[in-house]
Amino acid sequence: MTHSDAGTPRGPDPGAPVVPVPADDDAGLTTRAMTIALAVATFGVSFGVLAVAAGLSPSLAVLTSIIVFAGASQFALVGAIAAGASPLFGVLGGLLLNLRMLALGAAVGARLPTATLGRRLLDGYLLIDESAAVALSGPAATTGRRLRTVGIAVWIGWVGATAVGAYAGDLLGDLERYGLDATFPATFLALLAPWLRQRRLAATALLGAGIALLAWPVAAPGVPLMLAVMAVLPVLLADRLARRAAVPR
Amino acid sequence: MSAIVAVLVLGLGTFAIKAAGPVLASGRALPAGLERFVRLVPPALLAALVATGTFGAPSGLVVDARAVGLGVAGIALWFRAPFAVVVLAAAASTALVRALW
Repeated sequence: MTHSDAGTPRGPDPGAPVVPVPADDDAGLTTRAMTIALAVATFGVSFGVLAVAAGLSPSLAVLTSIIVFAGASQFALVGAIAAGASPLFGVLGGLLLNLRMLALGAAVGARLPTATLGRRLLDGYLLIDESAAVALSGPAATTGRRLRTVGIAVWIGWVGATAVGAYAGDLLGDLERYGLDATFPATFLALLAPWLRQRRLAATALLGAGIALLAWPVAAPGVPLMLAVMAVLPVLLADRLARRAAVPR
Repeated sequence: MSAIVAVLVLGLGTFAIKAAGPVLASGRALPAGLERFVRLVPPALLAALVATGTFGAPSGLVVDARAVGLGVAGIALWFRAPFAVVVLAAAASTALVRALW
């Protein structure tokens, strides 16, 4: 999952997944982990509320946060269910969103050469944008410690907040009256924001949004999201043409 | 596909994706083409989620109070507001528009 740390935009840094984090001592790491967990928790409450609004039981909402533990993809799943689409589309969209974890996982894994298989599986489970970003900034020897400290802190914040949103959602009454449906696109905009600083990534985003909107009135729910991924292809093509033009003859 | 099955499939798939790096750790990078594709998917998908979440309705595309909320969220992000402020501002402005109209 990707979230904004309080005050400091974080999350997907497209050029390089390594976000510099100055403090690497224990106290600095703990503070950092708790700050990130708190920011993530605000997301978790919206997830719990939206999951129940989409028709999931509160316990399934909490289970989702435990089983999946990847925020954006959980929102994608719940969004598909809320839209009346087959959850299959939510699963596909969620998995596509998580593909970036292959790159982050490979980068983190390369720095954990001596870990046991059990520990590597745990590291994989705890791998999210925030834990990977902190893990990859600092000495290689302590990569695992940073990954696990942030991962566990975020896990507690995420799962606990999901429970609050899921079980206390009933008390909130009509969700639209409070504008809570608007937290959904706002959440994704916050996740998207760090990507918009690079022109070609912003162009990809714009294309994706345009394709999804064009497809929305005519395609089955969930399909616009799949089609939006096609926005990647013209950008890759433009990259290829630019590289070819740059090759001296 | 029921919701619980979807959660389990998404969970298993996500775990496979996330654990692939740490488990297969060998210092090898992804194939360059896949790496480039993977890096571009999130902005396309996230933007699609923003757009359809703001303008999508069962009847088609609509411009309603959510668009105001998104605009306010955008302004909050521009000023580097913390995440909680961004989301709360979006909800509050959307609720305000609905209360007034």
